[in-house]
Amino acid sequence: MEQVTTPGASPSLLELRGITKIYPSVVANEDIDLRVEPGEIHAVLGENGAGKSTLMKIIYGVVKPDRGEMFWRGAPITVANPAHARSIGIGMVFQHFSLFETLTVVENVALALPGRPDLGDLARRIEKVSNVYGLPVDPRRLVHSLSVGERQRVEIIRCLLQNPKLLIMDEPTSVLTPQAVRKLFETLRTLSTEGCSILYISHKLDEIQELCHSATVLRAGKVTGHCDPRQETPKSMARMMIGKDLPHCTHPPAESGGEPRLVIAGLSHASGDPFGVDLRDVHLTVHSGEIVGIAGVSGNGQQELLTAISGEERLAEKFPVQICGTEAGRMTPGRRRKLGMCFVPEERLGRGAVPEMSLAENSLLTAHRTGMVKAGMIRFGAMRDFAVRCIDQFNVKCGGPDAEAKSLSGGNLQKFIVGREMLQHPKVLVVAQPTWGVDVGAAAFIRQSLIDLRNAGTAVLVISEELDELFEICDRIAVIAKGRLSPAKRVAETNVEEIGQWMSGLWEADDFASPAAPQSAEEAHHAAQA
Amino acid sequence: MRLKLEARAEPSRAMKYLSPLIAAILTFVAGFILFSALGRNPWTAFHAFFIKPVDDLNGVAELLLKASPLILCAVGLAVGFRASVWNIGAEGQLTVGAIAAGWLALAFPQTDSVLLLPAMVVAGALGGMAWAAIPAFLRTRFNANEILTSLMLVYVAVLLLSYVVHGPLKDPQGFNFPQSKEFQDAALFPLLIPGTRLNASVFIAAAVVAVGWWVMTRSFGGYTMRVAGLADAAARYAGFSGKRTVWMGLLAGGATAGLAGVGEVAGPIGQLLPSVSPGYGFAAIIVAFVGRLHPGGIAIAGLLMSLLYLGGESAQMTLSLPSAITGLFQGMLLFFLLGADVFINYRVKLAHAPRAAIEGAPA
Repeated sequence: MEQVTTPGASPSLLELRGITKIYPSVVANEDIDLRVEPGEIHAVLGENGAGKSTLMKIIYGVVKPDRGEMFWRGAPITVANPAHARSIGIGMVFQHFSLFETLTVVENVALALPGRPDLGDLARRIEKVSNVYGLPVDPRRLVHSLSVGERQRVEIIRCLLQNPKLLIMDEPTSVLTPQAVRKLFETLRTLSTEGCSILYISHKLDEIQELCHSATVLRAGKVTGHCDPRQETPKSMARMMIGKDLPHCTHPPAESGGEPRLVIAGLSHASGDPFGVDLRDVHLTVHSGEIVGIAGVSGNGQQELLTAISGEERLAEKFPVQICGTEAGRMTPGRRRKLGMCFVPEERLGRGAVPEMSLAENSLLTAHRTGMVKAGMIRFGAMRDFAVRCIDQFNVKCGGPDAEAKSLSGGNLQKFIVGREMLQHPKVLVVAQPTWGVDVGAAAFIRQSLIDLRNAGTAVLVISEELDELFEICDRIAVIAKGRLSPAKRVAETNVEEIGQWMSGLWEADDFASPAAPQSAEEAHHAAQA
Repeated sequence: MRLKLEARAEPSRAMKYLSPLIAAILTFVAGFILFSALGRNPWTAFHAFFIKPVDDLNGVAELLLKASPLILCAVGLAVGFRASVWNIGAEGQLTVGAIAAGWLALAFPQTDSVLLLPAMVVAGALGGMAWAAIPAFLRTRFNANEILTSLMLVYVAVLLLSYVVHGPLKDPQGFNFPQSKEFQDAALFPLLIPGTRLNASVFIAAAVVAVGWWVMTRSFGGYTMRVAGLADAAARYAGFSGKRTVWMGLLAGGATAGLAGVGEVAGPIGQLLPSVSPGYGFAAIIVAFVGRLHPGGIAIAGLLMSLLYLGGESAQMTLSLPSAITGLFQGMLLFFLLGADVFINYRVKLAHAPRAAIEGAPA
């Protein structure tokens, strides 16, 4: 792999021509052309599953393309592996961080560098970079004690220490509070003015419009357009991204005075995972006929709260979880379902559905109480009927009730799982990340279904990291941060700003002199904890 | 150009059923080469190995007689294997089942009650279950790996048998040989065909196949076990108890292995000896997998494995080959099966050099 630099000429920093990657079941990328100029912030826009991540992995040398050419500063190049990519000046910050929790920041950074750098010297370099780019982080802290936003800073610093010419950011804002997003954008703009190009992957139109100089739009593995986001409207970019306008749900406000169906009464629970989050004195009531949302940056106790509600993690006491008036804290998931609670988990394959089983068999998984089992025997007719009904009513695109769960796309499987839980006419429905990784059309359908269920009198609890989604469908919103839950506020009485503030753990705003810069607020919270 | 394994979009249904056939064919081919290398005429050897043992009524009776403990153990193991409960100790559970049934027979030497044999069958099943309960308890209480505990308990069980035939159950008139008294007629399975050793215990095997099929494919309990085996998190999400799965998986294997033990001591052996099984409990693991963990497939695989046992004996006698030949064939069969199973999820593709692919690609 020779690297040719042509001085004098000013070719594009990176150019892709006709990149194609075919997996056995799907064409991830087809004939992709992409051109990134020096110092440009270039957006790669597309829905989940459009092939953005595959394309970035090809550039970073993680995945080999089946066809196509790549040019780096005008010269053809084949990136052999990520180390090779780093050596020519490409850095990447992944969506899911690759840090060792038990090591310190400086040790983590040292692992990514060639040779055996001196840790003291490296710590000073980290501090210097973090000062220059406004990425405050203490190099001596252990990674597991860092917030998600701080971990992302470590990843970025790790890339910056190698003086990259191109920085790839994969959905960087999905783990950040709105305030932290603004801070990140400042850093990225600084980098851009210094000549570092940035490939910014996202499906959030407003962010791209705010930050990026140019954009390449992908749909179903193909390029559907190049544009200058500053000249476009979110509407016009949405049309390029999904082929139509963004659908939007509307609904009348909830009728007040429903009976309490799900009550969390002072739930405290230590996590079994040493790096998990302990739940601390969580209080929440969900009434019939309302949707309550829980916002928060991922990894702040959502998983722990969900497993405590669903019963997958059994509690020491009965009272903290009450379903339809029954104290259920020590009940198994099966007995809680019998009380009228249904649950849509975050992971679809392997938890919400058995990948190798047919949809019919997967309806048996949780809906077996609806007359599918008689005297220990499976009633195959009833099982199939249920699956067929679910497929029809929830518009699941699949090969029929005998199709294996893993043969469905993420969105269609999610529709099936949501449908399976809803068709059991739950009194309480708990949904985690209802539209995570789901295409826009299916997402709108699922949101509307949740609203319809609410109108029919079900108590719905939604846990999501997408603030927009929560504001769209919820009647009340609470925020989870570091295992504590804020009070729930009516959607009409709050806004994204306030919820964003709460996401860093600050809802007792009176405790602090001023709700100043969110960054310092986050640090203040750390200090308060220490 | 080179060969490349490529993941299939979905597992091949055809390969799932072809794979045991391919494994059988490859075993024969390897056997052919093996016999030739040993200086035997392969055709004579094959005849001695696979045809001669079953060319008369007695041979067929022996085939069924040996197949039935293999099938019994394998069906019970398959219940657990489908739920990812890895009981490797069927040999020990078989042995304890044999001890329990034998003890009962020897405790009532005078009786000719028709209830004795059914009581022995129940005692054998309970004995096997009791032995399997130990790894189940250790797994659910202490999270101890059942592969290791069930396997180690095999040796404990064999020593236990050795103790009882050297001590409490030794035949007083047996010239100090380590063996029990021969069982009375009421403690033996009735013979089915005069002049052969085939006895009524094969009906137990047939019944277990039928019940096993029902439990695995038709019952809700079997479904929950299958979910636990395929996706642990989904089983927990649906509220199927993980502990119950471990207990059911191990107890099913223990019960059927215990039944196999009864079939041996109350059948062809007719007394307690220091060894009551030529490794049926271990061979049954192969039978379970060759049979695709399906009772029907297990019945066929059990017959094939039984033929390997008979063929091995026949080869010892007519070809003067060592007894290790049986284990060799068993091992080859499993080896080729596991090899062929790769192609359920993968296919072979001819891959060109990557550079050529880029240049030669059509636009």
